[in-house]
Amino acid sequence: MAFEKKGTNDHGIAHLVRYTVTRFGAGFISASLVAMLVGVLIGLSPLLYRSLNPFIQVLKPISPLAWMPLMLYSVQDPTWTAILVVFMASLWPTIANTAFGVSTIRKDYLQVASLLQLSWWRRLLTVILPAAAPAIVAGLRISFGSALVAVVPAEMLLGELGVGYLTWIEWNNLDISGVMFAILVVGVVGVILDFGFNRLARLVSYAE
Amino acid sequence: MDYLTVDHVTKYFPLLNGSGSGNGKTFCVLKNVSLRVTKGEFITTIGHSGCGKSTLLNIIAGFDKGSEGGIVLEGKEVNQPGLDRMVVFQSFALMPWLTAFNNIRLAVKAAYSSWDETKVREHTQKYIDLMGLNGAEGKRPAFLSGGMRQRVGLARAFAVEPKVLLLDEPFAQIDALTRGVIQEELIRMWSATQSTVFMVTHDVDEAILLSDRIALMTNSPEAKISECLNVNIPRPRSRATIIDLPEYTRLRNHILHFLMTQGSEGKSET
Repeated sequence: MAFEKKGTNDHGIAHLVRYTVTRFGAGFISASLVAMLVGVLIGLSPLLYRSLNPFIQVLKPISPLAWMPLMLYSVQDPTWTAILVVFMASLWPTIANTAFGVSTIRKDYLQVASLLQLSWWRRLLTVILPAAAPAIVAGLRISFGSALVAVVPAEMLLGELGVGYLTWIEWNNLDISGVMFAILVVGVVGVILDFGFNRLARLVSYAE
Repeated sequence: MDYLTVDHVTKYFPLLNGSGSGNGKTFCVLKNVSLRVTKGEFITTIGHSGCGKSTLLNIIAGFDKGSEGGIVLEGKEVNQPGLDRMVVFQSFALMPWLTAFNNIRLAVKAAYSSWDETKVREHTQKYIDLMGLNGAEGKRPAFLSGGMRQRVGLARAFAVEPKVLLLDEPFAQIDALTRGVIQEELIRMWSATQSTVFMVTHDVDEAILLSDRIALMTNSPEAKISECLNVNIPRPRSRATIIDLPEYTRLRNHILHFLMTQGSEGKSET
């Protein structure tokens, strides 16, 4: 196994990691933006929360991989399907945590915001999001974990290049040490990305 | 002329049954409460915990609406929260993710949206200096003592230069020694800025030290203001000398007597 590409059976770890991280990043970031938006809206509106909650409850426990055939059929493209699987895996924990964080903001913070007559946007940016930030980041972190779990089998099943693909191709090569190495690569990628999350969590956390 | 008028405010709350849903019955917290405040006056409402005085403050602030009656400020009815009525909260209500300086700056920016950043910072710094917050401005509230936090709360409220300052038991969570110091700072700021202040408290000494007038509030249900006492003690008052004055003793006994008779017949429901 080489670092750089060396023929069709060895795409190079660097490239495989890059494929996975790019695919993962696209799905995770887009899902996080959607989830935070939906989370803020349902966190602010009890009506919206009660009307959307049954749907969320039904959709949440579905394994992201279960969406794969439907998505493959819809978008007809394995790369986009893999991104969408990551998207589905990253959506729910962030929605739930954002809604929780926003709906449990201390009342006096909101009272200050209304005293200061902040516009809806300023209120969102200067009070609601910072107040809910620790809960949101906790949600992102859970989403992140489940997305990382989903991206590996998605790559295996779709035959998309990436670290998940690496484990499978090494199995096909009957190279057990290669398989073990590939598993380790998945673990290391996860640790590095999680480290970034730790920094982010520290940045937005606050003591009451 | 009246500056701030509380005009026959009555407030009903729905009575909740065990499961938390209303059963159509209501509970009358305030009944026909009226109060006239002149410009520059320091008026205090005193009463037992849960008597409805905070509800009255919330209605004046615009956080809550009276079921009947209304609030008139400078000849205009007010029923929304606004920068003309800043509240100092018992819980301080400082944004924990912002430093003391930025907490005040947030309010200054909101109040003077046309100012540029330099001017906003200057104005913020002015109130940091006035409240003796130098050295604390770069700290987040969690790293400040209760007294310092409420100084930030007061600086934030004064920095907006509101028409009326509403103080909701502002010193209840501060230890007794610090409380006295901050009370004197509040009086200094109040006289320097000529603000109109409406305070709610259950601390008799605090009320007499700070107020021009004290409104005694009966217990809910149907709480009302039973009488208004003028505090005829010349300013500047000091905690050390005020307690020896016969007027102080007279007022204190009068208020305590009122609160005790209220306490024996009323029931606390907080």
